[in-house]
Amino acid sequence: MDLSRLQEINEWCWTIPLAAGEQRGEVRLYGSRELLAAMDNKVMEQITNVARLPGLVGAAMTMPDAHWGYGFPIGGVAAFDPEQGGIISAGGVGFDISCGIRCLRTNLELKDVVGILPSLARGLSEHIPAGVGEEGELKLNISELDEVLTGGAQWAVKRGYGTEADLEFIEEHGRMVDPIPENVSILAKKRQRGEMGTLGSGNHYLEVQVVDRIHDREAADAYGLHEGQLVVSIHCGSRGLGHQIGTDYLVSLAKGASRLGISLPDRELACAPINSPEGQQYIGAMNAAMNCALANRQILTHLTRETFRHDIPNAVLETLYDVSHNTCKPERHAVNGGKRLLYVHRKGATRAFGPGHPSLPERYRAAGQPVVIGGSMGTGSYILAGTVESERLAFSSASHGAGRAMSRHQALKQWRGRQLVDELAREGILIRTRSMRGVAEEAPGAYKDVNLVAEATERAGLARRVAFLRPKVCVKG
Amino acid sequence: MNTTEAPDAYFEHGADIGIVGRGATMEEAFEDAARATFAVMTDLDAVKAVESVSVELEEADQELALVRWLNLLLGLARERGMVFSRFHLERDGESWRGSASGEPWRPALERGVEVKGATLTMLEVKKTANGWEARCIVDV
Repeated sequence: MDLSRLQEINEWCWTIPLAAGEQRGEVRLYGSRELLAAMDNKVMEQITNVARLPGLVGAAMTMPDAHWGYGFPIGGVAAFDPEQGGIISAGGVGFDISCGIRCLRTNLELKDVVGILPSLARGLSEHIPAGVGEEGELKLNISELDEVLTGGAQWAVKRGYGTEADLEFIEEHGRMVDPIPENVSILAKKRQRGEMGTLGSGNHYLEVQVVDRIHDREAADAYGLHEGQLVVSIHCGSRGLGHQIGTDYLVSLAKGASRLGISLPDRELACAPINSPEGQQYIGAMNAAMNCALANRQILTHLTRETFRHDIPNAVLETLYDVSHNTCKPERHAVNGGKRLLYVHRKGATRAFGPGHPSLPERYRAAGQPVVIGGSMGTGSYILAGTVESERLAFSSASHGAGRAMSRHQALKQWRGRQLVDELAREGILIRTRSMRGVAEEAPGAYKDVNLVAEATERAGLARRVAFLRPKVCVKG
Repeated sequence: MNTTEAPDAYFEHGADIGIVGRGATMEEAFEDAARATFAVMTDLDAVKAVESVSVELEEADQELALVRWLNLLLGLARERGMVFSRFHLERDGESWRGSASGEPWRPALERGVEVKGATLTMLEVKKTANGWEARCIVDV
């Protein structure tokens, strides 16, 4: 990114000054000079476009892991006020609606199960449907899918996939309110019939990780984490149903924008006023897709537990937290001394409520919301905690991953999947995949340094580091 | 993006994949864009054309028609648990009628990366000196 076009607010926060006569809201880019310099100029261009959308409150922001996306940059955050003509954007949520990470803590220590890891890796790769073309064992008809879209993870728990205790540690208690399954196309539902309980491909994964380092002992105690402990992270979303909703509404909203008087700087920012029939229609469908994603991760949690217990009968896997990072949610935020209802888009960004937030489970109320920054399969991931100041800085938002540093095309030129799998095995990381090409595209070197992203997230005040997780087994789609 | 697909069927994007279709006519360019899209998921040369589906859409905007064509194909393939390798498209004004052939996923088929959908980013359908070119970013 051309840093000469940026103005430094502080070492970890930058803005883009308005050009003469330019009409748009404020832009803020969080991150270190090094991270920002490595970003594509398209990130700047895309977030500037977001700042031109109607009803923006505060700044259009990028998180330290931002990279060039479609419409919104990945790592983009923007809040809109429905009472001031604010909009909801399908492009601001993305295709994989409510993609996120379910993190499970176990009662297992790495030192006690090292010999079992190869068997566990094999079991997970056989038991968890992953990759393009793979379907789950659960086949649902349209009416059953409507129940999924209405009930989310609560539906899954009622069907025996997990326990009530899981629900307390999922955003929205496992069920997004106000879903409207009727706003979801039949094709979207048909796409999902065989895809409940599947991981998908691309950057989705299931990882068995070890807690390698504790940064914040107090928060780690609250989250039930200690060094040497095994945890599991499941990264996936709303699968074919969410993808189809994204494609259905992207085109219809793009076509309708001019009729609604919205001038789109980029057609991918397809949107409608929140308080319009078109906006409400998308919100109902999006909420249904969020429930699909929450149910999907709940089923995968159940399959993971079954696999662990096959090899380790006394294994206990509790939900640490489930965070989504492709969403738009109505939330009350402090603006100019008062509280206002805003619709906060987080596209490749995680909600990060600070200590004391009323929506947090009692156990985490003092520590703040767990935030997961998923890393690449060869490096590691971070668990962080939301901060009080993140509310003022970014409507309580933080980074969601390491963020890509190079295109898939470039990665394919640079690495071979088989070679990477062998190299990582020598480092003690077992990769299980049916797509060697997928592994090459997801090469650890194709991502930013997750340590720099986590550090910048903390230094910017968005969330504070709690624990670093090192991968031991990675099932890739 | 497998070895059988022409390397210039793709262009760079930071996180996802840019696909390019070319042909003597706009319709052929759309067919080629479909091949580039499905080649991200598997080696199309190994896919047998044992089943065919029909595709119909009404669209006046030629760029949106490209996105809708690709997304309809992706949706139909996922609905049927199939992968498509051959495509045909005809246009009569705003009416687009076509077909796609392929087979259900089977273990022997190479697994690439799933395409979630075609986006409106860097979307372009244009006439070139050699015919037509159709391009956009697909989300993977």
